[in-house]
Amino acid sequence: MGFEINGKTYETDEEGYLVNLGEWDEAAAKYLAVEEKVELTENHWEVINFLREYYNDYQIAPAVRVLTKAIGKKLGAEKGNSKYLYELFPYGPAKQACKIAGLPKPTGCI
Amino acid sequence: MTESTGGIDMDEDSSGTIKKFAFVNRKAPYGTIYALESLEVVLISAAFDQDVSLVFADDGVYELKKGQATKSVGMKNFSPTYRALEGYDIEKIFVEKESLDARGLTADDLVVPVEVLTSDEIATLLDEQDVVLSF
Amino acid sequence: MLHIVNKSPSERNTLDSCLRMAKKGSTILLIEDGVYGATKGGVAENKLKAAMADIKVYALWPDLEARGMQDSVIDGIEQVDYNGFVDLVAADKNVQSWL
Repeated sequence: MGFEINGKTYETDEEGYLVNLGEWDEAAAKYLAVEEKVELTENHWEVINFLREYYNDYQIAPAVRVLTKAIGKKLGAEKGNSKYLYELFPYGPAKQACKIAGLPKPTGCI
Repeated sequence: MTESTGGIDMDEDSSGTIKKFAFVNRKAPYGTIYALESLEVVLISAAFDQDVSLVFADDGVYELKKGQATKSVGMKNFSPTYRALEGYDIEKIFVEKESLDARGLTADDLVVPVEVLTSDEIATLLDEQDVVLSF
Repeated sequence: MLHIVNKSPSERNTLDSCLRMAKKGSTILLIEDGVYGATKGGVAENKLKAAMADIKVYALWPDLEARGMQDSVIDGIEQVDYNGFVDLVAADKNVQSWL
């Protein structure tokens, strides 16, 4: 499975997550966002970039409560709560934000 | 953990029954799957707000060795993930002194800050647990 | 004879058995968790050093590097990559893998 943008192919798993983290780029994020019916704003990108940094540092996608806590620390308390993150990603930061950021599904999320 | 609870309202559900869990890690990181499996279980268990301790003994101390670089062997280097445990509120990490000594290692060789305990102290720690999970 | 050891000497007695039954002039290659045997301060250091008078010992560096042990290899143990592995296998008339 996968998709193609401007001649570049991106491999995805059966749930639509990118198989190879390294293939991710802005174009892929925009494509995946459309698939998820999320209109990307600067606030979305902030979370997406945060997730990619987190993955780069720790080699895992964070659990939701770890993400909210870490976002609060880095971007301020008004953003470090699940309400804010669910407003940006209505189907859940794990399911949608990680997918758009090109990360694997977080450990422990069914 | 499911997306809908997100671990946020777990405190109310579990109504304060916190148990002491110890995960005992005794295998080197890449020769078998034990080390990685243990780490995944630890990360999942973090959602349940229990009193979790990690113990590293025997070849398990190699899991925490600094400087792991797995590109050439084509495996995932999961040693950076131990540094994420703090964010999961898992801060009790114990390493057996005898195991470090036998391998020419010290706490400075490890990717995370740990508390080094003697075998006797580890024995006491494990005796105090409600549940011991061995990997 | 090329002997290949892939288990940690502090987990299994594979390296001990190998050292006991390896003839003088043979070669040992440490791979996978076996490379822990090639490290300074490890449980096999003294035994391996003693054996190295009669036996040439190699360790596979991708496995050393994966485990973060690349900077603590015992002096006199030669590090090889995958091509070196193949050369060692080709250089001897037979191979024993100590599983």
